[in-house]
Amino acid sequence: MHGLFNRAIQCFVTDTQGSDIWADVARGAGLDGAGLAAMLSEDPVVTRQVLDSAAHVMARPQAELLEDMGTYLVSHPNVGALRRLLRFGGEGFVDFLHSLDDLRDRARLAVADLELPQLELQEHAADRFSLRCLTGAPYRQDRAMTGFGHVMMGVLRGMADDYGALVVLDHAGHQAGAEVIEITLVERCFSTGRDFALGRRAG
Amino acid sequence: MVAGRSVSQRMQAGRQDEAVRGSGDGLADGPDAPHAGKMGWPDGLCQMLDVLCPMHLLIDQKGQIAHVGPTLQRLQTAAMPGRPFLDLFTVTRPRGIRLLADLWRAEGCTLRLMLRDGPGTAFKGCLVRSPSGMVLNLSFGISILDAVKDYALSSADFAPTDMTVEMLYLFEAKSAAMEESRKLNQRLRGAMVAAEEQALTDMLTGLANRRALDQRLSRLHQSREGFGLMHLDLDRFKAVNDTLGHAAGDHVLRHVASVLTEETRGGDTVARIGGDEFVLLFPALQDRAQLDGIAMRIIDRLGAPIPYGADICRIACSIGTVLSGDYAPGDRTRMMADADAALYRAKAAGRGCHRFFRT
Repeated sequence: MHGLFNRAIQCFVTDTQGSDIWADVARGAGLDGAGLAAMLSEDPVVTRQVLDSAAHVMARPQAELLEDMGTYLVSHPNVGALRRLLRFGGEGFVDFLHSLDDLRDRARLAVADLELPQLELQEHAADRFSLRCLTGAPYRQDRAMTGFGHVMMGVLRGMADDYGALVVLDHAGHQAGAEVIEITLVERCFSTGRDFALGRRAG
Repeated sequence: MVAGRSVSQRMQAGRQDEAVRGSGDGLADGPDAPHAGKMGWPDGLCQMLDVLCPMHLLIDQKGQIAHVGPTLQRLQTAAMPGRPFLDLFTVTRPRGIRLLADLWRAEGCTLRLMLRDGPGTAFKGCLVRSPSGMVLNLSFGISILDAVKDYALSSADFAPTDMTVEMLYLFEAKSAAMEESRKLNQRLRGAMVAAEEQALTDMLTGLANRRALDQRLSRLHQSREGFGLMHLDLDRFKAVNDTLGHAAGDHVLRHVASVLTEETRGGDTVARIGGDEFVLLFPALQDRAQLDGIAMRIIDRLGAPIPYGADICRIACSIGTVLSGDYAPGDRTRMMADADAALYRAKAAGRGCHRFFRT
């Protein structure tokens, strides 16, 4: 488990709830004192403990929390880089959906030892898709990525907003090692969406 | 560029095979493909090149632009077709390309070009000749980072096979990863400084450091337990450092540390508080005779020669001692000052002496 996952949770909790709540979460996860060293740990158990503690401290189901974190990762001003990287996936939301097949490889281009689950987009109709997040066996032997489907729900929600598309998302549960998200595109250009230019400072 | 004749005039002068050119009638201004077709280019060439190489140019025998790819045209407000190529572009490498004839000879070379008016965007290019003129394909090369900003290009402006968008992605991904790595380094550095500040051990000798000594002292004061405090200073230590080097000095300090540890009890504190300064705490021990015995044993052992490789280090030490029972509870500052004064008295009495502050 890459240290970036722990870091993402920390940034999410700190930016949305404040550093006091994060301190509670860290304490609840038994990270007291160990602080940074524990956050760098690649042990998936640490990440699980942090997530359990966050769900407990914020009194919310973990699935909901993971989804909010996904949206946070692509919409909060403090983490603008990720949103920009995802926008390279294509001109419109459907292009973006298709680009998710490459997300794992693209992530590895950026951070060589980052092991995201493989994502597979299936197109059932022009406006109906499902995204399979291969988080379990036989695709992965570790269980570290269980719940990644919920994070992707939040990411899709955030990116649909970004592209100005109106979508209905449904986490259809687990099927043979995959978490499946059903995506219905209601309107390609529902709103104007956010600006994106390939060049960082372009107006 | 050069005063006098315009570039197009010079191009006319340098034109080598006017006879070869096609219909020769006046050029239309439109960037459309049929116009280029009229000039003798193969049917459908423009449409194909527009998709495969959206930054290409067709240049006719007269050196005028016959057709331009859609992405390249986006860089200029005025339509390019019909204008002399060398009026719009300057070739920076290979050097010396000023006339159309020079350009003909650059077939197959890697060209470096710039738009004459524009924000200084540089292009890489390669041209091939055809019976109707030449086909020149351009790319941004390394200037792409500025170009996408200057011209607000999107991924639709690049051919699907073009790696430009991947390169831009990689550039951003690298910047983001570097930024996160930089922040991590900063946090690690902060954590290291904090850890050093919280450390209680002297790195060289493994003895307690000044911070640990302060903590032990305040605990002893709080417990109201009487204790003895020795301040010990090495003599001739500087000479060892100066003549045999710092490695020898470090060796001596480690030797001193082991002697002090051996000559004290498990519950006593031995701290190194400066280069060659040590403080020893003896909880529940205020007996002058016993303390003097310990001090004299230490003085005796540290006066013995210390082998260091083929060399021998010779040092000595002086010790000043105070007893906590002589002070108001919690008066640490006074105790330390008096132990220091006793040490100076010991030094004044000659090397290898022990003195109590109150005799």
